[in-house]
Amino acid sequence: MSTATTTATERPVFYEVEEHAHPEGSSTALGFWIYLMSDCLIFACLFAVYGVLGSNYAAGPGPKDLFELPLVALNTTMLLLSSITYGFAMLTMEKNRVRQTQIWLAITGLFGLAFLGIELHEFHTLIEMGATPQRSAFLSAFFTLVGTHGLHVTFGTIWLVTLMVQVGRRGLIASNRRRLMCLSMFWHFLDVIWIGVFTFVYLMGMLR
Amino acid sequence: MTEYPVPTSPIFGRLTLDALPLHEPIVVVTFLVVAMGGIAVLGAITYFRLWGYLWKEWFTSVDHKKIGIMYMVLGIIMLLRGFADAIMMRAQQAIAFNGSEGYLPAHHYDQIFTAHGMIMIFFVAMPLVTGLMNFVVPLQIGARDVSFPFLNNFSFWMTTCGAVLVMASLFIGEFAKTGWLAYPPLSGIGYSPDPGVDYYIWALQIAGVGTLLSGVNLICTIVKMRAPGMTMMKMPVFTWTALCTNVLIVAAFPVLTAVLVLLSLDRYVGTNFFTNDFGGNPMMYVNLIWIWGHPEVYILILPVFGIFSEVTSTFSGKKLFGYTSMVYATVVITILSYLVWLHHFFTMGSGASVNSFFGITTMIISIPTGAKMFNWLFTMYRGRIRFELPMMWTIAFMLTFVIGGMTGVLLAVPPADFVLHNSLFLVAHFHNVIIGGVVFGLFAGMAYWFPKAFGFRLNEFWGKCSFWFWVVGFYFAFMPLYVLGLMGVTRRLRVFDDPSLHIWFILAAFGAFLIALGIACFLVQIFVSIRDREKLRDVTGDPWNGRTLEWATSSPPPDYNFAFTPVIHDGDAWADMKSRGYTRPLEGFRPIHMPKNTGAGIILAGICLVLGFALVWYIWWLAALSFVALLVVAIGHTFDYNRDFFIPADEVARCEAERTRLLAGQVQA
Repeated sequence: MSTATTTATERPVFYEVEEHAHPEGSSTALGFWIYLMSDCLIFACLFAVYGVLGSNYAAGPGPKDLFELPLVALNTTMLLLSSITYGFAMLTMEKNRVRQTQIWLAITGLFGLAFLGIELHEFHTLIEMGATPQRSAFLSAFFTLVGTHGLHVTFGTIWLVTLMVQVGRRGLIASNRRRLMCLSMFWHFLDVIWIGVFTFVYLMGMLR
Repeated sequence: MTEYPVPTSPIFGRLTLDALPLHEPIVVVTFLVVAMGGIAVLGAITYFRLWGYLWKEWFTSVDHKKIGIMYMVLGIIMLLRGFADAIMMRAQQAIAFNGSEGYLPAHHYDQIFTAHGMIMIFFVAMPLVTGLMNFVVPLQIGARDVSFPFLNNFSFWMTTCGAVLVMASLFIGEFAKTGWLAYPPLSGIGYSPDPGVDYYIWALQIAGVGTLLSGVNLICTIVKMRAPGMTMMKMPVFTWTALCTNVLIVAAFPVLTAVLVLLSLDRYVGTNFFTNDFGGNPMMYVNLIWIWGHPEVYILILPVFGIFSEVTSTFSGKKLFGYTSMVYATVVITILSYLVWLHHFFTMGSGASVNSFFGITTMIISIPTGAKMFNWLFTMYRGRIRFELPMMWTIAFMLTFVIGGMTGVLLAVPPADFVLHNSLFLVAHFHNVIIGGVVFGLFAGMAYWFPKAFGFRLNEFWGKCSFWFWVVGFYFAFMPLYVLGLMGVTRRLRVFDDPSLHIWFILAAFGAFLIALGIACFLVQIFVSIRDREKLRDVTGDPWNGRTLEWATSSPPPDYNFAFTPVIHDGDAWADMKSRGYTRPLEGFRPIHMPKNTGAGIILAGICLVLGFALVWYIWWLAALSFVALLVVAIGHTFDYNRDFFIPADEVARCEAERTRLLAGQVQA
């Protein structure tokens, strides 16, 4: 039978004799990136909702009455700085310096907390003024969009602390590097989202 | 301002004994039947000491084949629930004439049509489709598992917990009375203060997380884990459709998550996204939910198109006609599915230009779909067709789906839609494409891949009974609805005044009764097949003379799927291997690297279930507690670095030797 099918041509290879290595987590970067894009779509929806409802003040306060740009600028600075320091953490990770990586992560976390603190302060002030999420569709959309971003930063910070502990316990082993890289993508992604929030909600809000 | 329901007790929230529907005899009887059935199953598991086996081999398994099978079991169980709702509605509408109110009170009837739609889409069609993709895709691409095996297990349990929450609403409290998409303001707290809509929201949110993660997982698997030589254009068509489906899942489900979050904020916090006052806009909800909802229908139908492609090609004994055009058609449908959502509410009043745009894009979708239809026909043309069960379902699909497609194009014309919107014509149309497309396809897929999963075929006779009852039942149940819709009968009505409509509803109820027989025959088929499994045994691993890689391994496949990673030269890899003298390797086995089982998935999903239940009933302390528990367990799981192991070469050799023995026995016999 074999003579009939395999003629003079070479017999094709139908399977690999050696196992080729499938390192654990070889598709994690791709998978995490796809997850981030899906998260991005959640923000896209919230931006769209803000775009549609953002001028429905229901005879209540609008952006000009509420936003304090200097405070938001300070807040933006905190988040941007945290992205830079996370970059430094990744650079020291590449050099395999456990202690320094942890220190940069800690600094990143502090900037993140500063950002959250300022945001909570802003929310508190708004609510004190009676500009609650229930006041108008504009405020519902505002609090939800900005709050969802803040919630992401909160979870990012919890994750960051977890990774500091894990790096401390196991060092910069392959799986910890992979995790740091995922959090890095997450953290920078939140930065990009914030640029959108800052532009579309705060800056353009002041122009309305 | 709207009145908000408040928790009556700090411990039980708003959950009181009144939540048990003791005043509703139908629900009480259902509860007794379900409870007795449940106790019998649990008792049997305990009696036969199966808990350890189930926990170790199934619940905590990260094997994509077992997870796939568990998805199928979930889908079939929920089909029974969803169908029970359907036949109750059909019976009600057939009775409620000539002054009769029928047997279902309005608030119960409204819950039934909501639950029917929601369950059939999210907990029947989705698990069955995801289950088949999970089982088949890694085998078709020559992989040993999916990219993220733990996430796969977690996704399954999240879907299951969503289903459990829906089932809980039957006996504790009540379900939404809003229709399956829960449009506000009806689903807002003002008009639906009871926990029904909250059950709806949290069941979908929990299941939605599972669906999204399994989408990410399968995309990665298909992109990253194909066997050497399998370029994108050599992937089996089912894998292609699975890829497109999962892209749709990842790009659509976040929208559902977002819109449900906004609805919950309206209900729980009192925000004004979809309210009628304070600047809210209910149509925002309708737009967003359909931006998810339209891709969702393609999420269901695309993999099924893949199943029909595999089945047609296998049972015609030919390569699929127009593989390339099939792939492009699939991709075009994937993209177009995002450009048509507004056709679900032409009557919103968005104006002629917007409506024409969405009408035209909708009609354009019929072009790639038509191309597929012709490809299947040309595959059959001059093929050596074997009319096995999967092929029968395929032919029934081709006839039925074309009718559904044509009524769809009819509805895509905005002026026609203004007349037919919200009528039974619409109901007939989407059942025509979902039953005639998705359900028939899933039955074809189950009959086709069952022997691969379990090592024996399904009984032919009972399968044919099920087929004929389903197909004839479908036409009896839904063709009358087209007629009624054209006569102007709107959907979701409970009683009727016009006696001339009566006969059509009786016909439809008769159709539903035939479908009930179809489902019963299907269950009998499974039972009989298990009983006669020795007679139906397939030892070759290739019972249909298949063409793709899943038929290259044994039935059921070993844990590691393939002892050696296959190398692919042609689109129909296994047909190519068979025609060019492939011989099975018998020695030189290596240890195989595999992921370890873990209980983290079921535990996390279980906590989510508690969280969902607590939120439905405003039991705030329990919600907070389970949320913290969720974080702790999830973080704790990341401290487990030891997640893989090797199957020793001896074990692989033993498995393969067993297969060699079986194959030799086959030749002698």
